Amino acid sequence: MLYAILCYHDEDTVGSWSKDHEDAVMAKLAVVQEKFATQGRLGPVARLLPTTAATTLRKDGDPPLVIDGPYAETKEQLLGFYIIEATGLDDALEAARDLGRANPGGSYEIRPVGLFRPGSIAT
Amino acid sequence: MTDLAWIDAALTSARPQALGALLRYFRDLDTAEEAYQNACLRALKTWPQNGPPRDAAAWLILVGRNSGIDDARRRNKQQALPPDEVISDTDDAESALAERLDGSHYRDDILRLLFVCCHPDLPATQQIALALRIVSGLTVKQIARAFLVSEAAMEQRITRAKAAVAKAGVPFETPGAVERSERLAAVAAMIYLIFNEGYSASGEAIAQRAPLCEEAIRLARLLLRLFQSEPEIMGLTSLLLLQHARAAARYDADGAIILLDDQDRALWNRKMIAEGMALIDKAMRHRQRGPYQVQAAIAALHAGAARPEDTDWAQIDLLYQTLEKLQPSPVVTLNRAVAVSKVRGPQAALELIEPLASRLGGYFNFHGVRGALLMQLGRAGEARAAFDQAIALANTTAEAAHIRMHIDRLMAESAPKPGARAAT
Repeated sequence: MLYAILCYHDEDTVGSWSKDHEDAVMAKLAVVQEKFATQGRLGPVARLLPTTAATTLRKDGDPPLVIDGPYAETKEQLLGFYIIEATGLDDALEAARDLGRANPGGSYEIRPVGLFRPGSIAT
Repeated sequence: MTDLAWIDAALTSARPQALGALLRYFRDLDTAEEAYQNACLRALKTWPQNGPPRDAAAWLILVGRNSGIDDARRRNKQQALPPDEVISDTDDAESALAERLDGSHYRDDILRLLFVCCHPDLPATQQIALALRIVSGLTVKQIARAFLVSEAAMEQRITRAKAAVAKAGVPFETPGAVERSERLAAVAAMIYLIFNEGYSASGEAIAQRAPLCEEAIRLARLLLRLFQSEPEIMGLTSLLLLQHARAAARYDADGAIILLDDQDRALWNRKMIAEGMALIDKAMRHRQRGPYQVQAAIAALHAGAARPEDTDWAQIDLLYQTLEKLQPSPVVTLNRAVAVSKVRGPQAALELIEPLASRLGGYFNFHGVRGALLMQLGRAGEARAAFDQAIALANTTAEAAHIRMHIDRLMAESAPKPGARAAT
């Protein structure tokens, strides 16, 4: 069984970490990630840019509505995610619209990825 | 993190919202600050025992408000009743908590808090000092250090600024759309000023002033979270991030400025660049250009070039032309001249800036750029004269040292070489 581990924290707090603190945390995390990687059970790892960089595509209407900012509703739940390569926000939104046509309803939050490691899972 | 460090972080991040709401209730900066201070003292006492409240800002607002009302009652016993407007809406303390939890209401509170700091009567330095004290909650000592003045002088500056704000009166009505956008523009300009105070530091002041850049970015992000669809606020945040991303590469060991072309690009902060790029990309979708967006777009072109020679100078020239239209200023034209010199050569750039002499004659960088262009054209004597003028007008030792470097290069190049004719 694959599991996703979703990371939540106060971005103000994390954003105000000093470089030393940030480096120390990342180094400690790298040790744990390395352990999982050698066990062949680490999939992709992504660190997202702050929510100020987010855009939301509401696909409960036609055409879907583009809204600046992160997904802010609390009545819906996070059900899944994609990582895609795109030339920019317009391109990423186009991909999201494509997916939305296949599955209307709900929303996609489009957030640039700041750090990405593809990982590999032994099958 | 220790308990106290956690509380400190929570208080810092809740401060603008809590103080902004208290300012709306009490309509007086001193009263609001006192109430906020009391709430913080209570937090320091009770949070370690009871654990953090779910919503720190709401907790501080409620406690601060009650303490402010208590104080006012206590004073009332000794003095005549204050006019009603000193304490407004005192009968809905319960509903206030519920209201605070709804994020859409507090953005005008925070905007107001920022806006009272940028009163047009206040000189820029006082606006910045006031904002750092009131909104960011830096101590007078910290601010004095960043501005390289004594604590007493800074205390006086802030007191004077507060008196001016009190005299002008706090604009506590909920702003209309036009007013809101005017306030937003004033606040954005002030955040940019804070950033520039840090960015323009040199020599020994760099370490002391760098936190101003970080504080400006924090405030810009705060503003952007409140006004998520404002392309100029995206542009401002992007601009600050892209500029600050170069911080580690901008100075040599002695604190002298290293020019963009000579910077070690491996030292640029990639994470900040990625965020800045994402924000300008997002802003451009709105097709409402503005000065911050254009400047961010220029910074993004620099940030995106792996080597100096990869820089898209033609595009930068076009963006500066746009900026000249949006915000006509001889300094913008001067900056554009650098791009023009790369695209069309030093002669074209020189022709562009010569007409600015009457307006920029007192600006060190005008003579610096002019000297560099003359140098490229091989007019060494005139270049030397321009550099001398630049040094005479330089504001900081780093600026002067930077120009002197050009002169040294010029001297080295024009020094008589074996078999070569000395340039005159």
